[in-house]
Order: sequence, then C-alpha cells, then structure tokens
Amino acid sequence: MSIILNIGMNHQTAPVELRECLASDPGTAKKALAAMRDSDEIKEAMFLSTCNRVEALVVADHRDRASEIVIGLMESLGNISTNSFADHLYQYEGLEAVRHVFRVASSLDSMVVGEPQILGQIKAAYLEATKEKTSGVIINRLMHRAFHVAKRVRTETGISEAAVSISYAAVELAKKIFHELDGKKALLIGAGEMAELAARHFMANGIRSMSVANRTVERAVEVARQFGAIAVSLQEIPYQLLEVDIVLSSTASSEIIITRQMVKGCLRKRRNRPLFFIDIAVPRDIDPRVNDLDNVYLFDIDDLKGVTESNLEQRRKEAARAESIIEEEVVKFDRWLQTLAVVPTIISLREKAETIIQNELSRSSGLLASLSPSQKQAVITLSRSIAEKILNDPILFLKDRSDRPTLPTYLDVTRRLFKLDEDGEKE
Amino acid sequence: MSSLLFYMALALYLISTGGFVVFIIRQKKWVFTVSLWFLIGGFVLHTVFLALRAYGLGTMPVLDLKSAFCFFSWSVVLVYLLFHRKFQLMVLGAFAAPVATLLMIVSSTMTWTNTPVSPIFKSAWLAIHVITIFLGDALFAITFLSAVMYLIQEKQIKTKNLGPVYKRLPSLATLDSINYQSLVYGFPLLTIGMITGSIYAQLDLGSYWQWDPKEVWSLITWLFYAALLHERLAVGWRGRRAAIMSIVCFAVLLFTFIGAGLWMGGYHSFGSLGIGKAL
Repeated sequence: MSIILNIGMNHQTAPVELRECLASDPGTAKKALAAMRDSDEIKEAMFLSTCNRVEALVVADHRDRASEIVIGLMESLGNISTNSFADHLYQYEGLEAVRHVFRVASSLDSMVVGEPQILGQIKAAYLEATKEKTSGVIINRLMHRAFHVAKRVRTETGISEAAVSISYAAVELAKKIFHELDGKKALLIGAGEMAELAARHFMANGIRSMSVANRTVERAVEVARQFGAIAVSLQEIPYQLLEVDIVLSSTASSEIIITRQMVKGCLRKRRNRPLFFIDIAVPRDIDPRVNDLDNVYLFDIDDLKGVTESNLEQRRKEAARAESIIEEEVVKFDRWLQTLAVVPTIISLREKAETIIQNELSRSSGLLASLSPSQKQAVITLSRSIAEKILNDPILFLKDRSDRPTLPTYLDVTRRLFKLDEDGEKE
Repeated sequence: MSSLLFYMALALYLISTGGFVVFIIRQKKWVFTVSLWFLIGGFVLHTVFLALRAYGLGTMPVLDLKSAFCFFSWSVVLVYLLFHRKFQLMVLGAFAAPVATLLMIVSSTMTWTNTPVSPIFKSAWLAIHVITIFLGDALFAITFLSAVMYLIQEKQIKTKNLGPVYKRLPSLATLDSINYQSLVYGFPLLTIGMITGSIYAQLDLGSYWQWDPKEVWSLITWLFYAALLHERLAVGWRGRRAAIMSIVCFAVLLFTFIGAGLWMGGYHSFGSLGIGKAL
C-alpha cells in the first residue's frame, strides 16, 4: 500500500536564506522532478517552490527510504550542508499530508492568509509534474481535489477577501495621500506573494515606474521582469528613497531595513514630497517611528488589516469554517484512497452487479408474476451467473496485479469504467 | 428694498449651508447641486445688494464694520465659486458656505452707520484698494480652510483612524494644492491692495505711509504670508508645516481686519471711516 508523503519548509519553519537556496533557481523544480522520477523508491512526485515555501509531495511504498531520498535531493540541489537542515523541515504522511496540501492550496498556510496567488503556483507546479510525467493516479486525484477545496474555501468563506482588500486598502490610502497615482513611482522591497499582489494593484491604478530591491539580485531581476521594473540592490535603497513615492516592503529580514534616520535624511532633498510606506513584513522591515516624520505615512500589515476587517472574531470564524471544509474533503479523499485496494474494488463491483440485478428484476416483476416460484428462482440464478461471468475476467485481472506498482492506475480505471464511486465526483 | 435683498441673500446662504451639511453626512450628490444653486442665488442677490449700495453711497460699501463683514462674506463666496470651477471639490463648499454665512450673520447683527460719506472716499483708487484687499483676504480664508481640512485629514491618516471623516475629506495632495493655489493668488492681491492703498493715501492724504495701526498690522500680515510663500517656494515646505503656518497667518490677518479696525484707532478704524474724521 502506497503512502503519501509531504516534506518541505515554509516561512514559519525555515529562514529565508535557507528557502532561497532552493527557490532562487527556476530550474530546480525540473531537476528535482527528474531525480525523483529516476528513483525506484518514489512512485509519484510533485515539487512546489515559491518564495515562502519549498516542498515535495511524493507517493512511495516506504516512508523512511523515500523521505531520505527527498531530503538528500533538497540538500544537493540547494548546496545545503546537512546538519541543521532537517530541523527546518516538516514532514506529513497519509491524511496529514492530504490535509496539508488542502490547507496550502486554500491559502490557510500562507504568510498572509487568503492571498490568492498560491493556488496559481500550485497549479503551475502540478503542470510541471504532469509534463515531467511524475504525477500518477494519486497525485492527479489529490491535486484536482485540492483545486476543488481551494475553490470551495474561496467561495464559501470570506477568507480570501482579507488579502485582496488589503491591497485594495493600500491603493485607496495612496489615493488619499497622492490624489492620483499616475506618474508616481513605487519601490518593491523583497518579494512576498502579498507584496507582489499589492504591487499589481498599484500598477493597475496608474503606477508606471517601479523598482524592485532584493537581497539576491537574481530574484530581484526575476520579479522585476514580471512587472517591467528595474532591479536594484538593497544598498541602493537610500538613493531610491529620493525618487520614489510609494514603498512596499515584505522581506523576511529579522532586522529593520529602512531606518528613521534613512528616511529623515532624504526628506529635505525630496523637497518634502510625501512618502507612503507599506510594510507587509512580519517582523517589520521599516522603523515604525518613520510615521512621526512630516509627510511620511507608514502602514503595516496590522494597520491595513484594521482598515479592512471589522473584527478579529469574524476572521477566526471564517478560518474555522475553512478548516471544517478541509476536514470534510480530507474524509472524502480518505474514502477514495481506501478504495484503491483490490478487495474493496472487487466488493464494489459485485455490489454494483447485484444492485443492477435487483433493479431489473423489480422492473420486470409484472412479466415475472405469471411464473412459478421455481421458474422465478431460475431466472434469478441465470441473471446472477451472467453477471458473474462478465465480472470474472476484470476481477482476475485486478487480483493478478495486486502487487504491481501500476495497480492504483488499474483500480482507478476500473472504478471509473464501472462508475463505482457513487458520489460521482468529477475531477 | 436694499435690506430686503440683504436678508434674502442671508436666507439663501443659510439654506445652502444646511444643504452642504446634509451633503457631508448623507453624501448625496444632488443635495450638493441644490445647495450650490442656493449659494449662487444668494450670491446674485448679494451682488445686486452691494451694487445698489455702492451706487447709493458713491463709494465701496466697506466703511463701517457691518459693511466690511458683508463685503468679506461676498468675497469668500466669489472665491469659493471660482475655486469650485477649478477643483470641483464638493466638500470645500461645506467649509466655505458656513464661513460666508457666519460673516453675514455677524454683519446682520450690527446697524448701518448713516452718516454722509466724505467726498475723499469717492475715488477709483479706493475701489481698487478695497476690492483687491478683500479678494486677497477671501483667498486667504480658503487657504485657512484648506489648512484646517488638511490637518484633520492628516491626523486621520497618521493615527490610522480611517472612519467617516477620512472618507469624506479629499486627498492630502488636493488640500495642499488648494492651500498653495489660494496663497499664490491671494498674495499678489494683498500686495496690490497695499500698494494702491498707499498711492491713494499719497494722493488724498499727502503721505504714502503714516504708521497707522492698520497699516502696520497689514504690513505684519503681509510679512507673515511672504514668509509662508517663501518657505513653500524656496525651502519646499508643504503639508503639515505649511498648513499650520497658514493658520497662524490667518489669525494675524483676522486681527488686522477686526482688531486693528475696532480698537486701535487711526484713520483706518471704522469709527473714523464712518465720519471721515481722518482728514
């Protein structure tokens, strides 16, 4: 019996330096997938890498051996020296892994809960896996269910509104400061999902000129390309502050990046043109005291949340509803997983045949009424043996392959051919 | 007849002020449009009233405090209407209309002085002097109002108190721009007003400058506004500092307008103007 395994790190478990080792090179995912495809231990695999998380989702027979391979692979791809690396990883297996995948897809595990970009990133990662032919029955099903769950969470709870409205609120605030954003310049520091979302909102509202600063220049160049922006280094920020009007910051740095002194020093040279700082990072990137300076306005993530959200209680309620949707879907997925064994499939096949026989007999009860009890019994026996004969070969076929790695595929095909999953869930 | 026009104008201003207040609370655009038309109606009557009175007196109707308030009110409405054409800023009406109305109410509580006008006041120089000074003062009233609005709005944003007040007030950039524009137009008017006043004094009183209290305080006011303009243009002041400074400047201006006119004597004081004593 295969086991689903999820190994990775996110913004909570690993520092950005570590995550960047694996996230900075766009070719990493492809290499990882190729390596996992070539491994005999791993049957299915997918590799997700965003700025806030790096994780591998694999299906394997032996948990320990598979996890060893995945961790080794991450180390070699990211040139990470072992010792402390494993401490920064989380590992989920079985239904825990399923739940984790659902939570990530629904953006409950994001730095800014509800931000919508993660779903697109997962879809891209899954597409990559299908291209590299590393996904199989289980990952296919799991991913399609994950997309379904994410959609349910988005439409049935208010969880995603918060993130979108944070960007919206930031743009509205900017308009209350600058009146119009045409011709204004923005600086994006670091590249979190949320900051990129906000940057996109600003671009849509008239900002034409943007620069992107990041600790690693490669990443800055990559993000800058998306926005048609200029990439700069962190050292250039003080000079950038002379030019820009709006600063969006979301680095994972544990230290303050923009100090009060830095801002104060540039105000006179800017001829006091207003500066609007949006600090999405936790911990903060920008010294909160810059808000005390004239013509400088600072909003951090809590301020923006305060703007958009009536109360915390409501948010907790929405999160709880999202979690219960996920639980529901985990149970459904579990039910499906259970059927991926030979015996339950055979039982379902027989039950299906028996149901059909009973239905047909009752439909023909008028015609059969004139028969004697023994004749009636003969008709029933005849029907059963025909059904038995038809099902015999498929059942033998499945039993034959019960210890082959391709079994899940055949089981899945069988279940679909005979439409054994009553809830008829579409993928 | 003429005082009927005065009270009708005041009534229309009152209705329009009420309408602007309703507009601020309810945010319905039609309420604003109706209020604006009441204000315009009041302004037309006010203009006719002033024209008749000027014709009757044979000089600018500003020689007593009542008339001065009345004329100031007219100037504020005129400047507001001009600014409305330029900025389309509805919320400004809710600040300007009450000021104009208040000036009219103050004016209405006083009595006209009916002493005959001394012939020396029947001069074109006086007309230019009075009109430019009053329009300059009205522009500075707008500078002041936009500064108050700026400080309120800035406080809302700095303290993250983004409630109904924040929603109704315009952007900081707009308020700062109004503050700047009214200052830039108001300052030359004040300057011209003072120069023409001085020429007029030379022609009729034989001296450009007499250290009259109102002259001195006008010069002080002028220096305050000159300082503000300088800081804005040369040093790059804007926003909060400029707003605070324009409020200080306006306080000085009000003192010059009322205080120096009432209590400090001199030929500019309304007491002397009424009887043409200065000469």
